[in-house]
Amino acid sequence: MKKEKKPNESLHHITFSLNGKRVSCSIKASTLLLDLIRDTFELKGTKPGCYEGECGACTVLINDAPVNSCLFLAVNANGKNITTIEGLLQHDGSLHPVQESLVASGAVQCGFCSSGMAMTIKALTHQHESVPHLTGAIKKALPSREEIKKYLEGNLCRCTGYVKIIDAAEKLFALDIEKNEKGI
Amino acid sequence: MKKEYNVIGKSIPKHDAHIRVTGKAIYGHDIILPNMLYGAILRTLHPSAIIESIDLSEAKKLPGVVCIITADDVDVNNIGYKRDHPILKKGDANCIRDEIAAVAAETKEIAIQALQLIKVKYTVRTGVYDAFDALKESAPQINKFIGGKFENKNIAEKFHYEHGNLEQEKKNSAHIVSRRFTLPRMTHACMATSNITAHFNSVEKKLTLYSSTQVPFLYQRDMAHALKINPSDIRVIQPVIGGGFGSKLDIHPFEPICALLSMKTDRPVQILYSREEEFIASPIRQPMVIDLTAGVDKNGNFTFREINIIKDNGAYTSWGATTPFVIMQAFSSLYQLKACKFDATAVYTNNVFAGSFRGYGNPQATFALERVIDLLAEKLDMDKAEIRLLNANKKGEITGQGLYFDTCGHKDCLETVISKSNYHTKRLTKQTGRFKNGIGLASMLHVGGGAKIYRSDGCGTILKIDPYGYCTIITGSNEIGQGSETVLAMIASEELGIELDKIKIINTDTDVKPWDVGVHASRTSFVAGNSLLGAITILKEKLNKKAAELLHTSSLAFDYSDTKIISLETHEAVALDKVVREMHFSSPNELAIANYFYEPSSQFQDKNFKGNVSGTYAFASQAIEVEVDTYTGNIRVLDIHVAQDVGKVLNPLLLGGQIEGGIMQGVGYALTEELLMQEGKILNPNFHNYKMLTAADTPNIHFYPIETIDKEGPYGAKGVGEAPLIPTAAAIANAVSNALGLEILDLPITPEKILQALSLQKQTTTLKTNPISK
Repeated sequence: MKKEKKPNESLHHITFSLNGKRVSCSIKASTLLLDLIRDTFELKGTKPGCYEGECGACTVLINDAPVNSCLFLAVNANGKNITTIEGLLQHDGSLHPVQESLVASGAVQCGFCSSGMAMTIKALTHQHESVPHLTGAIKKALPSREEIKKYLEGNLCRCTGYVKIIDAAEKLFALDIEKNEKGI
Repeated sequence: MKKEYNVIGKSIPKHDAHIRVTGKAIYGHDIILPNMLYGAILRTLHPSAIIESIDLSEAKKLPGVVCIITADDVDVNNIGYKRDHPILKKGDANCIRDEIAAVAAETKEIAIQALQLIKVKYTVRTGVYDAFDALKESAPQINKFIGGKFENKNIAEKFHYEHGNLEQEKKNSAHIVSRRFTLPRMTHACMATSNITAHFNSVEKKLTLYSSTQVPFLYQRDMAHALKINPSDIRVIQPVIGGGFGSKLDIHPFEPICALLSMKTDRPVQILYSREEEFIASPIRQPMVIDLTAGVDKNGNFTFREINIIKDNGAYTSWGATTPFVIMQAFSSLYQLKACKFDATAVYTNNVFAGSFRGYGNPQATFALERVIDLLAEKLDMDKAEIRLLNANKKGEITGQGLYFDTCGHKDCLETVISKSNYHTKRLTKQTGRFKNGIGLASMLHVGGGAKIYRSDGCGTILKIDPYGYCTIITGSNEIGQGSETVLAMIASEELGIELDKIKIINTDTDVKPWDVGVHASRTSFVAGNSLLGAITILKEKLNKKAAELLHTSSLAFDYSDTKIISLETHEAVALDKVVREMHFSSPNELAIANYFYEPSSQFQDKNFKGNVSGTYAFASQAIEVEVDTYTGNIRVLDIHVAQDVGKVLNPLLLGGQIEGGIMQGVGYALTEELLMQEGKILNPNFHNYKMLTAADTPNIHFYPIETIDKEGPYGAKGVGEAPLIPTAAAIANAVSNALGLEILDLPITPEKILQALSLQKQTTTLKTNPISK
């Protein structure tokens, strides 16, 4: 851990949930969430692509919504639930269905955008929570391919041409439908 | 070789996808070494200036600054393909990327703060920002390290090539078309910015570089030359690489600078580019002006092509200056051609210098050529598919340049996309109203079996099976995301009957891996694949002997499957791991290890650029349908039909990824991507203004692999990586031209250019996309 302490700069104490664990730290007001995650907590899975909110490689979830962590001041994370790519992995070390689908669809090449892509797709699943039919709850319509494309617009990829990333998201939702139909 | 495969040809997900999609892969940006410093580079404020003085006094006082270097503090050689590029600049600034000083500090923030405290006095000069201006007698000499070799002081490199009787073929031509094409600066925009971590160990006097180079062994040699140290004292370790596309073929100044900072401080130093720095100071696709004159006889046979290219070299020379090697192949040999005369000149300017970029000049050449083919067809009133089919390359053809097509899927590619896209129906559709649709065709020819532009185009492999039956492939080749590791694992699994998850690839350390020329020229699956197959053959000879002994058979015919070695004679089997243990632990106590160096059958071209430069050649055709909004000038790419002669499909999933990714780079080249420069400065060094395509822009891509089973390739496969982007811009331009009846002479085809041309079209009947160019 690197301490970035300057004599006259006041520090702010924040407490938040990081991948389901309650954490606390003292930070400068100017610290970006991306740097806090990568440098203080040494979670290197969140990628720095541009530091200007254009490429989406640093996408994390804040209370389940996708956010460019390079544009988010870390002090504002206080009291929130932050999920990074490291938090997506299942407890037994197996891949999250989003990751599984990206791998199986051939959506990963150099992989530098993959963390951000996975988090954005994960966020989309939150908007379309699958609800077993038996509960009778109203389910939002699953996204169409065009809606998926639009949703991924904020995540740049130079390797894949996006097709297999879109495929991965589409298959994930198709799987959801299947599960629902079987009442799983 | 057997026809039915267990693993080859299957859609196996990328073997290293898991670590990348879980955030566990360690890229250059993720490396932290004990006691590491952070480096930052001060670049010139002016693209052309005299550097009068550099005052470091204030910067040196800043707490946390450990070391600052300028050209005066280092004893180094120039870098670059022509050794015309000083690592740190002294006296002159010639380009907006120019490195003037470098800082190593305890934190990134301090390093950047220190840069702001360095005071540089400049005397600003008038720069030369146009290659044609640089060729004028009155122009100043831009690069002082090269001179006298050519007739003009600002010429960096020249290429001349010809075949056939040009004058005769001009006479034989029924129609001749002449056009000038202008090609833009495009940048790689790798998702990971450039990075390096250098660690000099002052006790052992050894330098370890954690680098994302694509060519570790050439890099080691060039770095040693630059730093004046022994190449073997440099160890290059490649962390996971976040995109290459040719950008990492050259050594760039920040890399030896980082090494120098580490050598001066005796501490590890890391330099990471910001995104803005990446746009300003990483390489680009060569901008060029292509004058192309081409002829056709009355029957539609191509007669001759005469090409004159002026390339804006920028202030220094990179490998990019050698792209005419590839450009001339497209002009001399794509479609059958009787005569060709080709001249290309790279000219120094005060602009940013070019590097190599996926396609290596071929997208530029193919754009010009395929546009002119459409124009020739129009002159003849001939169908644009027909003229291409008539002239398509053939199996067995030896082109004027000496390229030999032992297999050739060109005609198959064309026929496939013409029929699958309903080309003829689409072409005839009458256009009225606001939205106009068009369809265009283009083909490409590219090296498919490496390219012998260096003394060797080879690749080494060390193959090992351990006593537990696991296999380790130590390959000279590199993984930069394209999936070559997976293909190698599949080959080993196919041949040795070992499950994929028991195969490990070691390919990131020059101290360990055998020599390879690097990842470029779509060569890795072909060259590294053949190299691995060579090692497997040798290892099997050893394993077979021991297996025969254990199975008490005299026949050495065995099948390897399901981690067993099975005698084809007795049908008895012995476990592979047991054979390995017996090799190791019983007389004559041998290792289950083999090494092999594969050198393709290709030739080094002679001084006239003639010779069969690649082990085999790839062909592709694309038919692309677009919709143009005549109110906004916006172009939407609807469907892309691509057929590519891949030799043999090794892995459909990974192949599809290469095709789609390449095509989208081609669409960007055609429509949106341009690094804009004014007076030597870059106007759009960010993703907001440099328009890369997003998921929302993805057209429907229909891919039809054509298998020609080339005897030189592993299982018949050819290189695939660069091909998909090469004809895309050409086919899109032809489609837009078809939709609107406009000429397209430059890229990218932006809405502004379309609207301008449409308004001009209303006024006159002479049409161009950009009336300013020419």
